[in-house]
Amino acid sequence: MLHIPRWKAAVIIIASLAGILFAAPNLLPRQMADQLPTWLPHQQISLGLDLQGGSHLLLEVDTGAITRERIANLQDTVRTAFRQPQIGYTDLAAGAESVTFTLREPGRAEEARRLLRAADADVEIVVEAGGKVLLRYPERVLNDIRRAAVDQSIEIVRRRVDETGTKEPSIQRQGTDRILLQLPGVDDPERMKQLLGRTAKMTFRLVDMNASLEDARRGRLPPGTELLPSEDREGGQQRSYVVQRRALVSGDMLTDARAATNPQTGEWVVNFRFDSTGSRRFGDVTKANVGKLFAIVLDNKVISAPVIREPILGGSGQISGSFTPQSANDLALLLRAGALPAPLNVLEERTVGPDLGSDSIRSGTIACIVGYLLICLLMIVGYGFFGLIANIALLMNLIITLAVMSALQATLTLPGIAGLVLGLAMAVDANVLIYERMREEIANGRTPFSAADAGFSRAFITILDSNLTTLIAAVLLYIFGSGPMRGFAVTLSIGIIASMFTAISLTRLLVVSWLRWARPAQLPL
Amino acid sequence: MFKPIRIVKKVPNVDFFRFHKLCFALSAFMCIASVVSLATLGLNFGVDFAGGILIEARTPAAADLADMRTRINNLDLGDVALQEFGSNRDVLIRIERQGAGEKEEMAAVAKVRDALGAGVEYRRVEVVGPKVGAELIRGGILAVTLSLAGIMAYMAVRFGWRAGLSGVIAILHDCLTTVGFFSITQAQFDLNVLAAVVTIAGFSINDTVVIDDRIRENLRKYKSMDFRDLINRSVNETMARTVVTNGLVFLAVVSLLILGGPVLFGFSMAMTWGVVLGTYSTIYVAAPLEWYLAGRGSHHRHPPGDEAPAAATP
Repeated sequence: MLHIPRWKAAVIIIASLAGILFAAPNLLPRQMADQLPTWLPHQQISLGLDLQGGSHLLLEVDTGAITRERIANLQDTVRTAFRQPQIGYTDLAAGAESVTFTLREPGRAEEARRLLRAADADVEIVVEAGGKVLLRYPERVLNDIRRAAVDQSIEIVRRRVDETGTKEPSIQRQGTDRILLQLPGVDDPERMKQLLGRTAKMTFRLVDMNASLEDARRGRLPPGTELLPSEDREGGQQRSYVVQRRALVSGDMLTDARAATNPQTGEWVVNFRFDSTGSRRFGDVTKANVGKLFAIVLDNKVISAPVIREPILGGSGQISGSFTPQSANDLALLLRAGALPAPLNVLEERTVGPDLGSDSIRSGTIACIVGYLLICLLMIVGYGFFGLIANIALLMNLIITLAVMSALQATLTLPGIAGLVLGLAMAVDANVLIYERMREEIANGRTPFSAADAGFSRAFITILDSNLTTLIAAVLLYIFGSGPMRGFAVTLSIGIIASMFTAISLTRLLVVSWLRWARPAQLPL
Repeated sequence: MFKPIRIVKKVPNVDFFRFHKLCFALSAFMCIASVVSLATLGLNFGVDFAGGILIEARTPAAADLADMRTRINNLDLGDVALQEFGSNRDVLIRIERQGAGEKEEMAAVAKVRDALGAGVEYRRVEVVGPKVGAELIRGGILAVTLSLAGIMAYMAVRFGWRAGLSGVIAILHDCLTTVGFFSITQAQFDLNVLAAVVTIAGFSINDTVVIDDRIRENLRKYKSMDFRDLINRSVNETMARTVVTNGLVFLAVVSLLILGGPVLFGFSMAMTWGVVLGTYSTIYVAAPLEWYLAGRGSHHRHPPGDEAPAAATP
């Protein structure tokens, strides 16, 4: 039946107008679009980094390092827990996922278990015959630890990126242990990679001045200490210190850090300030250890080891080392932003310079417009007046696709443009299917009205089947694909849905209205 | 308004089955050649899949490739390839995957930047570590396989399993020969090419569905017609649409090919090839295959009781 209810016509017109309204902001320059009143649609399609230029970094949080650290800490927990009640043990060793030791008196196993439980509630304790004990973390606890580490890493990455003044960065979690960092407009991510490549864990620890470096190099260290290299060189050899494992104060107690030059020497230094807990602890420690060396350790390297000349009570201090202006500023930035819970690895980098991005947009756009105009022209050549109607539908198809992409804030990438082209091809096909069907029906001797009606209703089934087939493929590609394939799938899916609307509703509305108005004796096909 | 120009004036009457054996042989040959080439030569994977470094650099004056090559070779980074890209100031540098892992990969980029010195504009830098490369291959294969399975399931529900199976075989034929083409020519195979392969599959299936839809309609209309004639008739009846749509899309992708610039070139190339191949495979692979699957010896349209599923009404 060639009758379209009034409400249906209204819905079609409203949907088309809404499409125009939502797509319109894309015609304006960015600044103007941002200034539009909030009740008007003002969102523009965001361009992928391949089109606008920028840097894409895929980071992986080394969660293995965290679990290893937890296991190492567990070893210390055993030592401290058994020190006071004097529970004897032998063969204390840390493996990849567990800590093992053997109790000297297997009879005190229950007491040992109670002490360990009190020291660390999460740990799983397995006591075997003969006093052999195995400590490990259940998978659930390890997963929680990993998740927390990734959450914290995202936060720290965000702070570090913000500190560098990068505009509109996007930081997303990907999978279980990955972070996707997108930095529009950044064309040299080297500095960013350097900043993110450091965990920046800073601790203040005492230097063990009684230990001999010679012994330490041979691996004989006093308990609770470790040998750490320093930045300084002494007679061509890297200088090392034996420092206590226990940190007196740590970097997370800092409230501020700034790079500055020392007015006397002209050297670059980093000034820092502790929070109240940090100041108190730092004051107490320096008071008790005047005359001794204390080491400022950053990522397991001693950056300086000054002598404590007097108690430092004000809560602020200064790190000097062999800094350049850049390295002093970077260190200050890292200290302000905080330490990463685990090292980050860069798995993938994709950087597109701003020029290449705009070149690709320009040539891509020109090519699409030429292809589009060519199709429009040939539609008129092939179908005359009906071709014109199809062109209105095709234009509307493009507008609606862009409108939906703006409203969803979908990202347009280069493969996305390819998806637009395939979507356009599907839209052309829908119109061609309708018109060819009408021609067939005319050839079968039907009247204009009946041929148009049959053309629409028969072609509808074909369009539905062919579009749904492609839509299913596109949706699956989106769900399981990655990167470029997803960009392609998004624009293709939106294009197909828009094409089903424009070909079936809009073309039909226009053709039917014209038929009712003109009442032609034969279809101009 | 003027009289529209019709390319296909009336329903043609071509026997598309006449050469079907020849076409089967041709397709089989292309598929086997592709498989053999994939098994022996393999694919020239781009940085996306193989891992490694790709740098597109623009030098201030015409690039001295020999000098740049020496400088980068001095870094001892393994296989390095340099080529002009677009203009004589643009150089494409490809460096093979650095053995150990991601850290070495990133360090290598920094070294190259140092070696080339200031003044060089880095238009594009892509560094893919081994972990991501392997995942992209796995993810790509998974996504394409599942999409094909989805297409087959939908077509089986709407047109019966024969149409679903022959449709998917036709797309597999298209995908395989396209990938085979990249293997034989050893052209770079990266994520964009994979996206193009998927586009080809999408376009080809669209064609197949249109003809299957007509077969389904004709099955109801001509109850006693020989299945071979019925398929042939359906292909002929949709010929006008095939010529117009495929012709238009062909023109659109050719304009993309000519004007789209070097970045879109690989994609448009694959698309152009795909439009031709998709049209061929629909008519000469999917349609005859359906006939074979229905038991071509019989003069019945297809086994009794195997009615095509009902079409939806608008």
